[in-house]
Amino acid sequence: MSTTMSEAGAVNPVRRKAKTPLNRRRNRAALLFLLPAALIFVIYVVYPVLSSIVLSFYNWDGMTPRTFVGIANYTELLQADTFYVALKNNVLWLVLFLLAPPVGLVFALYLNQDVRGIRLVKSLFFAPFVLPGVVVGLVFSWFYDPTFGLLKLILGHGIPVLGDPHYVTYGIIFAALWPQIPFCMILYLTGLTGINAEIIEAARMEGARGFKLLWHIILPQLRPATFMAFVLTVIGALRSFDLISVMSGGGPFDSSTVLAYYMYDQAIKYYREGYSAAIAVVLFLIMLMFIVWQLRRLVRSET
Amino acid sequence: MYPMPVSQWRPGNRLLYKISLPFALLLWLLPLLAVLITSIRSSDELSAGNYWGWPQHFAMIENYRVALTQTPMLHYFMNSVLITLPSVAVSIFLASMAGHALANYRFRGNLLVLAIFVAGNFVPVQILMIPVRQLTLDLGLYNTVWGLMLFHIAFQTGFCTLFLRNFIRQLPYELIEAARVEGASEWQIYARIVLPLVRPALAALGILVFTFIWNDYFWALCLTQGDDAAPITVGVAALRGQWTTAWNLVSAGSVLAALPSVLMFFAMQKHFVAGLTFGATKG
Repeated sequence: MSTTMSEAGAVNPVRRKAKTPLNRRRNRAALLFLLPAALIFVIYVVYPVLSSIVLSFYNWDGMTPRTFVGIANYTELLQADTFYVALKNNVLWLVLFLLAPPVGLVFALYLNQDVRGIRLVKSLFFAPFVLPGVVVGLVFSWFYDPTFGLLKLILGHGIPVLGDPHYVTYGIIFAALWPQIPFCMILYLTGLTGINAEIIEAARMEGARGFKLLWHIILPQLRPATFMAFVLTVIGALRSFDLISVMSGGGPFDSSTVLAYYMYDQAIKYYREGYSAAIAVVLFLIMLMFIVWQLRRLVRSET
Repeated sequence: MYPMPVSQWRPGNRLLYKISLPFALLLWLLPLLAVLITSIRSSDELSAGNYWGWPQHFAMIENYRVALTQTPMLHYFMNSVLITLPSVAVSIFLASMAGHALANYRFRGNLLVLAIFVAGNFVPVQILMIPVRQLTLDLGLYNTVWGLMLFHIAFQTGFCTLFLRNFIRQLPYELIEAARVEGASEWQIYARIVLPLVRPALAALGILVFTFIWNDYFWALCLTQGDDAAPITVGVAALRGQWTTAWNLVSAGSVLAALPSVLMFFAMQKHFVAGLTFGATKG
């Protein structure tokens, strides 16, 4: 990175000019174009982030005046069993959700053929991704239902997947993979169309086949797709809320809660806004690693 | 092409591949098919215990009629429409201007503003929850479609700005220079040059953002209470709470909730995929 941030946009020499009245007029135009979007974004996104961080140092029930408590919310959090359950589940989500990119790749390789009707097949495979999370949650709740569910029909006896603290998180993650896998699949399918055919031919001439060809020739070319699938799957895992809310409500006995749900529960059910904000800040700090990573990529690609 | 095209496979394997496709598809979509079939199953059959078999009597019209008339499904559906359509239009409009400003003008803090939009996109939404809820209450917009609409506009504007800025940046800058030489005003450059050129990107974004907002559940829970402004995602969840055993009705409701996003996707597949995979082919 040899240039500074302010010169970053200077790809085209025309875009860097000395200050002239004309230039000032253009700057004003840019400002006006930017203003509405920036304003509403600051009000609804930037300010709330800062406001939540401040709130996490207060006690507040949402109605009476707030009182400053220092880091009490955080120390309480570190002593709460539910926090560790949520954290553990978050890790579990993260690890298992990352099955989506490789499985999506397998799907993409399976479907990257040119036979009749393949377009429709691809689209139908993709369909779960566009379903609302609530609907996915309902569908899988029925699937797991220990008295009438399809799972019971398949296994011959009912397992209360969503009622058992040992199974519930796995059950929900399994449901969440159903829309996430086709999402990764579509990223890989797009990546596969952009692959350099000549390199593949050359590698085949050299005798590269099957897995070796995939590993050494194909995967390196799919790196952008892998990157996106990875980042978006991680974010998806940390944001998991809808399915938990619909399928288990965080239960039984908070065993399937994650930070995102725990936070919501504390704010909406128990009116503990400050404590809840502290949980959100912890979640934010975890995500911050990815945000910083993204921003570094952005800066690097612009300089 | 990778893997090896089936046309170059041995005939036996080729046949096997073609036969495997419908089976794989059936297995993959089993949960979806179950909902579709349940939504046309009669209540009698459900109480008789036929949950998964092929329905003996079709009660499609009856089920959907009940779901639409005896439950507030239609009302929820309208709320979703009222929230989603304006949000999509406004956020894309605002983002197209902001994206243009960030792509085609050089001013101090340009990259910083872009970085804030990027960072805002990756923020866990939970950290916004309490302040946004409070803000919505203070504005008197709690439990109205307006409250949800404003939030969605703001949040999606961030995503769209990032997307459109990258897209606009790939346009040839000479076009804008030429227009300036011709004496076009800055507004004309945006409206007559940039906007028409980004139309495919706008379409892709529009569908994508439509499904994001339509499928939203978290914010609907946070910013509404009761039926007044609740969108269909909350409606379906509520329906299940009230009609626990009426799987056919809840299924019909689920199908209604999913239909717009699914139709939108199938109608404009190419745009949708283009939007989703923007950036998947280049780093």
